[in-house]
Parts: sequence; C-alpha cells; structure tokens
Amino acid sequence: MLLRHTSAEPVERTGLMINPAKTCQPIGAMYAALGLHGCLPHSHGSQGCCAYHRSALTRHYREPVMAATSSFTEGASVFGGQANLLQAIDNIFTVYEPDVIAVHTTCLSETIGDDLNQIAIKAKDEGKVPEGKYVIHASTPSYVGSHVTGFANMVQGMVKAFSESTGKRNETLNIIPGYVEPSDMEEIKRMASLMGLKTIVFPDTSNVLNAPQTGKFRMYPKGGVTVAEMKATGDSKATIALGPLASDLAARKLDTLCKVPCHTQELPIGLQATDRFVDTLRKVGGVSVPESIAVERGKLLDVMTDMQAWFYQKRVALFGDPDSLVSLVEFLVALDMHPVHVVTGTPGKAFEQKIRELTAHLPVPVNVKAHGDLFLLHQWIKKEPVDLLMGNTYGKYMARDEDLPFVRFGFPIFDRVGHSYFPTVGYMGGIRLMEKMLDALLDRKDRDSPEESFELVI
Amino acid sequence: MSDEKNTAAKLEKIKAEILAKYPTKVARKRAKQILVNRNDSTGKVPEVGANMRTVPGIITQRGCSYAGCKGVVLGPTRDIVNITHGPVGCAYYSWLTRRNQTRPESDTAENFMNYCFTTDMQDEHIVFGGEKKLKQAIQEAFDLFHPKAISVFSTCPVGLIGDDVHAVAREMKEKLGINVFAFSCEGYKGVSQSAGHHIANNGIFTHVVGLDDTIGKGKFRINLLGEYNIGGDSFEIERILDACGISLVSTYSGNSSIDHFANSHTADLNAIMCHRSINYMAEMMESKFGIPWIKVNFIGAESTAKSLRKIAQYFEDEELKAKVEEVIAAEMPAVKASLEKAKPRCEGKRAMLFVGGSRAHHYQDLFGELGMETLAAGYEFGHRDDYEGRRVLPSIKVDADSRNIEELHITPDPKRYAPRKDEESLKKLESEGLAFREYDGLMPDMKENTLVIDDISHFETEKLIEMFKPDIFCAGIKEKYAIQKSGIPMKQLHSYDSGGPYAGFKGAINFYEEIERMVNAKIWSYITPPWAAEPELSANYAWVA
Repeated sequence: MLLRHTSAEPVERTGLMINPAKTCQPIGAMYAALGLHGCLPHSHGSQGCCAYHRSALTRHYREPVMAATSSFTEGASVFGGQANLLQAIDNIFTVYEPDVIAVHTTCLSETIGDDLNQIAIKAKDEGKVPEGKYVIHASTPSYVGSHVTGFANMVQGMVKAFSESTGKRNETLNIIPGYVEPSDMEEIKRMASLMGLKTIVFPDTSNVLNAPQTGKFRMYPKGGVTVAEMKATGDSKATIALGPLASDLAARKLDTLCKVPCHTQELPIGLQATDRFVDTLRKVGGVSVPESIAVERGKLLDVMTDMQAWFYQKRVALFGDPDSLVSLVEFLVALDMHPVHVVTGTPGKAFEQKIRELTAHLPVPVNVKAHGDLFLLHQWIKKEPVDLLMGNTYGKYMARDEDLPFVRFGFPIFDRVGHSYFPTVGYMGGIRLMEKMLDALLDRKDRDSPEESFELVI
Repeated sequence: MSDEKNTAAKLEKIKAEILAKYPTKVARKRAKQILVNRNDSTGKVPEVGANMRTVPGIITQRGCSYAGCKGVVLGPTRDIVNITHGPVGCAYYSWLTRRNQTRPESDTAENFMNYCFTTDMQDEHIVFGGEKKLKQAIQEAFDLFHPKAISVFSTCPVGLIGDDVHAVAREMKEKLGINVFAFSCEGYKGVSQSAGHHIANNGIFTHVVGLDDTIGKGKFRINLLGEYNIGGDSFEIERILDACGISLVSTYSGNSSIDHFANSHTADLNAIMCHRSINYMAEMMESKFGIPWIKVNFIGAESTAKSLRKIAQYFEDEELKAKVEEVIAAEMPAVKASLEKAKPRCEGKRAMLFVGGSRAHHYQDLFGELGMETLAAGYEFGHRDDYEGRRVLPSIKVDADSRNIEELHITPDPKRYAPRKDEESLKKLESEGLAFREYDGLMPDMKENTLVIDDISHFETEKLIEMFKPDIFCAGIKEKYAIQKSGIPMKQLHSYDSGGPYAGFKGAINFYEEIERMVNAKIWSYITPPWAAEPELSANYAWVA
C-alpha cells in the first residue's frame, strides 16, 4: 500500500498537517501575474520559493513559467531585502525587458517586514523603472490563507496599480475569472462574446500557459490582459467576479477606487452556477441570451438526462479549492450524486457552511472540512467508502490504495494533460466534467461486471 | 555555425556578446562564471567562479538550502517521519516531486515516502512562536505512526522568529524515547541547495551514524554515497553490486532506511557518486572511523565497469576481481547491441548539460558513448572543486555565505576508529592508480574550447540555444519548456522526465534508447505548416505536378 500508515479512525490533530490540500500564497500570486501581458512575476524571498513555484506551475501546465527572485541570503534576511529588490528591478528591466514586474512577498520577507510599496517608490525615484514600465506588488504571506488567497491578493494588486477612472463610463464588462485554468478563462471570454458583450477578462492566462509550439520561445507570450486594458477597467460598466475567494477582493477594490459596481458569484461550474453566470451577463450587460448559448445549455441538460442512471446516488469524495468545490458540489447534487466527503485545505468556516447548505437535503450524512488535509479525507473514505474520488494528482495515491475510480480536477495536475485545453466551466465544461466522471465510473463497471453481464451497449 | 569549429576566439566573442547585455557589475561577476575551457596535457584548467551568490533578478536554476537538505539528501529515506516546520508551501513542493523510488523490506514495513508532514504555521505562530505547535506535531506523529525516528526541517521564518528546533527535538527525543533530530536548513542559508546538503550531512552524521555497531554479512562491504535513486538508479546499482558479491551497507540516500545510516560506519569503503552533495560525509567518516573513500561513477556502461574494477582493486581480492570481470563480460553484450543500434543515429550530434553538482559531468560519459559531443556544461550548485578538482581545495577562499554553514571538527572515535588500510597499502594502491580522497572535477574531462558556465541564467540559456542550436539540451523542469518551445529537445537530468534508470548497464541501455528517440524525433519537422512553407496564394494542383 502506498499510504500504508493511514488508519481508518480519525483523531483530532492540532499540530500536524498530513498530506495538505492547499499550498502557499505566493504560487497563486505568480499564477495571477502570468495573466498580465508582458509581465515578469518576481518572488521577494529566498531562491527556493521561486524555484518551487516555477517547478510546480511548469509541471501542471507543461509550459515555460518565467519568474525572477530576490535571492535572499542570510544578510538580506537580517538587514532587510530592500537592496536585493532594488538590484533585481534594475537587472530585470535591463536583461529581461518586461513591461511590468509583479512582485509578491514570501513568508521570509513578510516576517522581516519589508515594505514593498516603499521599495517600489524608491526604485522609481532612483530611475530603475524605465519610462512606461511598471513595478506592481502584492503582500502574500505564506502563513495566511492558501494559494487562492495569493491569487486574490495579486489580482487586487493589479487593480490597485492600474485601474483608473476617466470619468467616462463605457459598456465594457470586467470579468475576474477566478483561480481557474487558461482553458476556462478562454471559455468565459467565448461565452461573453456569444452574448455580444465587450469584456476585459483579468487576469487571463490563456495563450500564456497554453501557448502553441511555434519553434520560437517567447519570454512574454501573446496572451494576457494588457496594461492598457487593465487601466480601462476603471471605466467599465460593472465587474463580474467569479469565485468569491479568488476574485471578490479585486472586484471590491475596483468598486472602491473607481466606483465600478461588482457582482460576485460562484465559479460557473455545472448547470446552475453557469445559469447564474449567464443570467448575470444578461442583466448586467443589458442583452438577451442568444440561441447559441441556449443550445449549449440544452446539450448539457441532454447528457444529464441520458446518463442520469449512472450518476444516481453515487458516493463521491472531493478535495480542492473552496470556490471550485462549492460549484462542483452543487453540480453533483444536481446530478443526484452524493458528495459525502468534502475537504479543502484553505482555512475559512464559510466554506463548511456553504457545503452544508448545498447538501442539507441529501439522505446521507456529509463530512466537510475547511483547513483539512488528505490524511483526514482518506480516513473518512476508509470508514465510509465512496464510488468516486475527485481532486488533484495527489489523490491518485488514495485512489490506488482504495481501488477507487478517480477524476483529476483542480490544481495541481502533474500526470495528465487536458486541463489547459478543455474547460470545466460553462455548459460545455459541464459536459466535459460528466464525460470524465462517466469514463471513470463506466470503466470501473466494465472492469468489474461479471462476463455474462458485460455489455456492449451502455 | 554548427559546422564550424569552435575556436577559443569565437567562444570568447560569444561570451563577450552575452556579457554585453548585463549591467556592468553583473557582467563582471558573470565573467568569472563563464569560461572557455582550456585543458593542457598537465590537466591544468582555468579558475572558475562557483558557489557564489546569484545576482537578484537574474533568473537562476537554483533552489534553496531547505531543498538541498530535506528534498535531496533526506528525501529518499523511507522510514523517518520528516516534518517540515513552517508554512505549508515548502513541505508541499517537496512532496513526491523528485521521483525518489524506494523498496520497503516488506508490505508492512515502514514507508513514509508518500506522505507529507508539516506544521502548517499560521500567522499566530509567526507572531508568538511555533515551538509549541512543533512539539504538538511531533507528539501527534508519534501517536499516529510510532516511527523509529522523526526529523524536523526549518523553513525561512523559523530561523527569523527564533524557534529553537534543536531544543524541541532534544526534549521530544527524551520524552518519546525515539530518535528525534532537527535541521536548521532555512532557505536563506548559503547560496544554493549546496548549503542544505552540507547541513544534512552534518545532521545525519551527528545524530544517526554510528548508532548500530552490528557487523553485517559480506566480505566486501561498502557504502554508496551521493546516489538518490531517482527513476530507480539505485536499484540497478544494487543489482550489479549484488551480482559481483559486493555488499551494500548503506546508500546515502537512495532506497535507504535510517537503520542503514546508523550502521554505515561498519563498511570498509565509501564510494562517492555525487561528490558535491555528500563528500562531507565521506570525509567525516574517514576521520572518525577510518573508512577510506574513492570517487566512482555508475553513469555510463564503461564508467560502471571502471567503477566496479576500482572497488575490486581496493579490496585486493583476486576472486572479487574475477567476479567483477565476469559480471562486466555478462552485461556488456546487451549494452553493445543497444549501442550499435543507437550510435549511428546519434553520432556527431551535440549536447549541452546544465544540471546538478555532478550530473553535468557524469552524463558526458553516456553522451560520449553515443559519439555525441558536449559543447557546453556547468553546474547549478557546484563548487570550484567540482569543476577544477579537489586539488584546488586549499586555495578556495571561504566567504561569508559558506562560513555560516557549520563545519564539524571530527576526531577519531576512541572505540570505533579503525583504519581499514594502513598507510603503506593505501600508498601501494595509489601507486597502482587507485586515487583516494580525489575527484578531478568536470573541466579536466571536457575538451578544449568548450564552454563551462556556472549557475547559468535564463538569458544565457536562450543565447546558447540561439547561437549553437544544440541537438539536445539537458537541465531541469523549470528550463524544459522554454527550451522545447525553441525547437530543441530537452532532457531533464534531475528527474529524468518520467524515464530511468540511467545508471549501470541497464540504465545505459535506457539512456541510449531515450536519446536516440529524442534527437531523431519527427516532431520538430512539423513546426512549419505547409501554408507557411509555400505561402503563395494561387494553388498549384498537386495531382498535376
């Protein structure tokens, strides 16, 4: 057994986290910054942070992930990292020529109390920031929240640095897509454009972290929201923030700074959350829903109808990030599935409350934990078995030990491709999610059926 | 450029072109770390700048001290509960990402490799201290798993807030009655992973080595140092040693158990693979227990044969020597057959290797066996001795960053010190060509007019690719896709992508096949679509032509 020391009986732990279901803020900040065109993320801390974040993002996306570091040594840790960051800014603009450097902190620079705002101003005063170029920043202490918090903080940093109001409102809608895949960001843009809406989606990692092979490496790929677009967000009619944890902070900041009203809602994963997204686009954008969107919805509903039998009352264990789990649980419930064990590593009791509401009417008990870990989830599974496990690649150890069908969903996915290219948001994303679940469930049925009831037609 | 010969003048020009992009101070520093190799008949090579700080903002391959300590050296040991004391990230990123394989003694034997343990420090622990949380974590790990050992790894904030991890470890060791020890391997220590290797060596040596004096079975008993069983390398080396009748007391630390470490001072020879990460251990074991060490290399079939012969030579046993020859003779036909297939399709192609503290050296042997040329190479975290050989050790200036890493002063163990060979027989063996405490480094093995670059930056990587268009480039995961997007096949030599083993005889065969596949892949010919190859708008009817 791969996880041979995991017993079925959960005991309360207050000191030790085993097999985390989250990682730290800076990686989320780095991911968000990659969704800004011409931006080089910069990690203000020891070299290892940057190396680890780049490695993890690279393994997940199989794309170049460029980022720099302040390369703290013991001296910098004692005397502060200002000199390192000033030098880094100078070197980066000279050697790598980005339009923007997006600096995020680490637990090290947070603990010593480096003031990024002051250092950024000093860099500008000292002429280290060329004309028309920018240093933006976000505070992302690793000992608060999770990678999703870091994403939220950097998106807020983008708003703080760029969004400006000229006093002339236009019809454009801002959409903050949340901590989702490049494919999802692409899909959100596609849906809004089907609705006939002009949008600014930020951050936007499509065509950055799913860029084509052209035989030519681009340090700054073609995708990403541009600085000009970011500035223009302050004149937009409204902001739709998808995924409260990842996107609400920036949307509210935009409201405060530029009086752009915001609508925060769940990630459009599954039927109902996508319905609400489309309806918000309709109402806020002042448009009607086109036939093409209605057709996509109908297709999703059609697959739900056709395959309902295979989803009915299947017990599912899930782990991942709060925003995506809330929508996913709602979808599974709509499919008449039973999401019975739900864990996120990100702290925050609101998550537990929300999952309880969504599953309150189910005829089975539901375990839910925020700031939990995979060791606990595994213990729950051992005690009360499930038919399906959904989560990131780390789930495959449990899946193999417990002989469970397993669907990869979330971050990170280190051992398969697809997530960068095929969305899980929107109606078409819903069909893909069902396809993945059905593949796993029906492969299992085919494997386990007695020969006489092994069926050609299912 | 590919057909021209690389002359020193041309390479110097390329170097100047690269340096021209940097601000003056950075250029001055990088100039010491980018060298055109000279290699005269005496083996004298130029002095390289190594183990120096990376300049902030210059995109580096390097990681941190924690990665070297927890990730590299202690990572592959299966039966220690390794608790990372800090916020969640460091533990998370070092969880199963290095492909260290392990084979527990039985289905129920301890194996914590697939687990990740962390104190997951929150802001209140940063403000009020994390010692209480750490103690609680150790207690919970003990209650849940009853392991024979628990170790603690400090991350950056732990050092800053002043948690005394060693005091906590001592207290819990006493309380629980198992071995508990801690490493102060905060990420900001030193200039790269290398500092973490040293800290790990010191910690294991102090807290584990020598705890079990049982003399195990076997006539020829060795330790293998600096081999981490990535992709199963150790398994292949174990297979070969076993076939030769050589007993492996402990590997540091591929496929290892803490019990092996505890007993490793009973071995009669230390054979070092990765000099950079583990030479401290060999030196300390020699001083304390009298075990001599030699450098070996099991990467490459010829190198494997050579290393086996060196071990046999050390034991001065005719039977062993004969057995080693027998094993080599049995293994080589398959190697030769594979090489005969791969070599014609690889010969003359050119490689670049920027990886590790020894792999950029070792893997040149495999490329050499394939008839491929290494144009440029360098280490991510090597020191001058890894480049120029240990002969330069006395002349290496110890800077502030290195001084911060503790140097243990080891004296002979009053009870256990037993020189395995007297001075006279060591001298005799040396005169017969077996070098002790010696590593000649990468540069003497590289040709004249090749490039040696320490701590290569992303910018330099891009320039090399643009100017040389090598047939294959070897580095790590962070570099992989930037290189492949440039249309050059890229082989990871940290994790081997998903391949391996590449050590030993079977490993060599795997490597030949892998490189043969990569340098001849059709993919690269498809990059230009047909409409871009012939962009004229009026169609020429294909069936007419």
